[in-house]
Amino acid sequence: EHGPYLPHEPGYGLYQPGYGPYDDQTPDPEHRMLSFQNAKAYLLKSSVTSGLNLYDHLVNVLAKILDEQPTDPVDIFENISKDVKAAQFQKKMDTLRDEHEVLPSFDSAEVRRNLFLKTDGEGDEEREEMGETPLPNVMETAFYFEQGGIGLSRDETYLIFLALKKLVSVQPIQTCRFWGRILGQEMNYIIAEVQYHEGEEEEEETEEEEVMVEGEKRLDEVEDEEKEKGEPLKSTYKPPPVIPKEENGTGANKYIYFVCNEPGKPWVKLPPVTPAQIVCARKIKKFFTGRLDAPVVSFPPFPGNEANYLRAQIARISAGTHVSPLGYYRFTEEEGDEDEEGGGGRDECEENPEFEPLSAFEMVESLSTWVHHVPSILNQGRCVWFNPLQKTEEEEGEEEEEKDEVPDELQQEVGPPLLTPLSEDEGIQNIPAWTASVSTKLTPQYAVAILRSNRWPGAYAFACGTKFGNIYFGWGHKYSLGNHTPALPPPVQPEYPDGPEISEATDPTVEEELAFKAAREQKSLESMEEEEEEEFEDEDDDDD
Amino acid sequence: MDASELHTALQLATSGDTGLSLEKRAALGASLPLLQRDYRFERVWFWGCIQGVRDAYYIAQGLGPDLAAPRSRLYSLNCVEWSLLPPATEEMVAQAELLEGRFQGDPSFEYEYAEVNTEDDERFLDDGKELTMKEENRLVATIEQIDRAVGIIPRRAFMKTPLGSVHENRNFEGLSLMEAKKLSSYFHFTEPVNLKNKTLLEKADLDPSIDFLDSLEHDVPQGSWTVQLEKGSTVVVLRSLLWLGLTFYHVPMTKQYGYIYCGTGEKNLDLPFML
Repeated sequence: EHGPYLPHEPGYGLYQPGYGPYDDQTPDPEHRMLSFQNAKAYLLKSSVTSGLNLYDHLVNVLAKILDEQPTDPVDIFENISKDVKAAQFQKKMDTLRDEHEVLPSFDSAEVRRNLFLKTDGEGDEEREEMGETPLPNVMETAFYFEQGGIGLSRDETYLIFLALKKLVSVQPIQTCRFWGRILGQEMNYIIAEVQYHEGEEEEEETEEEEVMVEGEKRLDEVEDEEKEKGEPLKSTYKPPPVIPKEENGTGANKYIYFVCNEPGKPWVKLPPVTPAQIVCARKIKKFFTGRLDAPVVSFPPFPGNEANYLRAQIARISAGTHVSPLGYYRFTEEEGDEDEEGGGGRDECEENPEFEPLSAFEMVESLSTWVHHVPSILNQGRCVWFNPLQKTEEEEGEEEEEKDEVPDELQQEVGPPLLTPLSEDEGIQNIPAWTASVSTKLTPQYAVAILRSNRWPGAYAFACGTKFGNIYFGWGHKYSLGNHTPALPPPVQPEYPDGPEISEATDPTVEEELAFKAAREQKSLESMEEEEEEEFEDEDDDDD
Repeated sequence: MDASELHTALQLATSGDTGLSLEKRAALGASLPLLQRDYRFERVWFWGCIQGVRDAYYIAQGLGPDLAAPRSRLYSLNCVEWSLLPPATEEMVAQAELLEGRFQGDPSFEYEYAEVNTEDDERFLDDGKELTMKEENRLVATIEQIDRAVGIIPRRAFMKTPLGSVHENRNFEGLSLMEAKKLSSYFHFTEPVNLKNKTLLEKADLDPSIDFLDSLEHDVPQGSWTVQLEKGSTVVVLRSLLWLGLTFYHVPMTKQYGYIYCGTGEKNLDLPFML
């Protein structure tokens, strides 16, 4: 190593400060300082358009990077720079203060929080503790479904549980069940299936009767007016008989359904379903919007609004997909029930205390281990066939007048009897009606058997030991292979055929009438002369 | 959705049936990271499941560093063993559109074309033999169709670099609640179709690094997406009515988003009658 060069050694000048090979280009430290200051002044120059200067901006950006220490700052450098510039525009001292933003989530949170508060009806606490509560154990059912991957998240299910509890405390309910959730375009429906205590039927029936009576009164008044005016022709058109809906508590109206859009919102009762609504619902396929009063625009026109359509679909889904393990329900033992109306179909079934459950694998292997426990709906739209030709006593007086119009006898419609096994269910082409699976193959002792319906995608059933359940999560439509073709409008009614009896003729003019009259008189004269001639001839003949 | 957020996502995006029993869910948590290791993916997305009549297919997608590159798709019947699917070709997609009905659940099942009426199909029949299609190919084609039609991401989530590749936007902090309710804040994650048809005036407002995809606003028919706020207005859930079963979720003001398909793999052709 060579020590510092001394002036007498060669190469002395090369490494001295100020004497290096390039030092003549920045001769003075002062000059370097000057160039440094020029650069800084340039950086500090404020822009005319934005009022910022680059120096401050770079200081801010570097300070932000050093504070936040993001990974790979060089890749997002432009974004950081943009953010810092955007932050410049916020005024710190402002006389106008932003109103604290009220998010809609706060309102929903409030509604949900109310579910957790204990409302009035504290007196029922004792009854609840006794154990006889109509509230179902929703969480237990949800647990089994969760094993199969079906169901909402746990906290959502718990909120539904609390909402059901609220429903039970408000209405006089005997049994209650979480039926499922139907999705809609704007909002969804959460549906509860409920049975009232006997004798607790609502008064809406009387309201309907009153409306009917008023309607009839008005009709009578109109008829009287018409009679006074001189009796215009009454139409002989008789509309096809309206098939009455089933009584509340039987058939398709066995259960009452309550819906709400979200847990915490008030429950709304759905009206009972009429056969006409079911028949029409079979022909249309529409999404639900989420508002019960929305109209259902379709062809054939649906008799009702979305609440009725929803109720009709619920009835169809229940009839088609509510199943239970074989043996869970059995027919009630009644004497003399062979001669009931509607033939040999039994309508009632009750829980079987001697039910012996099968293992999950046996339940899944063949579908004959499951049965329907809800009566199916006939083509007519009811569960029990109604003969529309049965004339009531009032109409028997008119029968004699209308003997011309006896229609053909209607065939009694028969559906599959109650408690039919699922192996009888028709599939669609080569797709079976149900897909069965077990929740786990690795721990078969605790497996849950899960059924998924293929005819109503979204309907599920589970069975595990002595427990079973049904639920629906879906859009509320039946599966149809191929495209849905809506009904075509009926053909245009033919007009009365054109014939000479109805074709108009122009009225004859006066000249034509006179000519006709003259011709007629002439004709009669001629015929009279002929008659006289004939008489003369006859007399002549007689003489001879 | 991203495999790392599987459990939270399934809570938020469920429409009732996820197709995943608890056992399968746990199995996914174990097998998806292994997929990432074996195939050297940058990230793994759990795409969803297609339910056949006998069995269900579970689909996962693996992505490389460029998100717009063709993705590798894998399927499994039990969420433990995965098999790679062949990439989708246009011919496969065209053939699959002619088939209708449910998937069977058996990947080697062969579909036979029942009706061959139109003139287009005569091309296929040139060989003179029966036209068949394996279920595996139909699966690939269906997944491709679904991704093209309804695979969506929120705006500003992905960025296009000047080199053309697409990356995740690290500055994306989530959509605000107001933005999240509008359909224009979501994009189809496929080759854009309508973008070129926009007028110059509209294009001037777009940011080429962010707005390089089609938004959902102009989807035909209108109303084929439902936007709902669920779970007390904390999650925005979009459901497609064209492919019933596709659910997209996003928690506003956070980075959580994703979509999952859980259905029968059939297009809802009755949509115009149902709206």
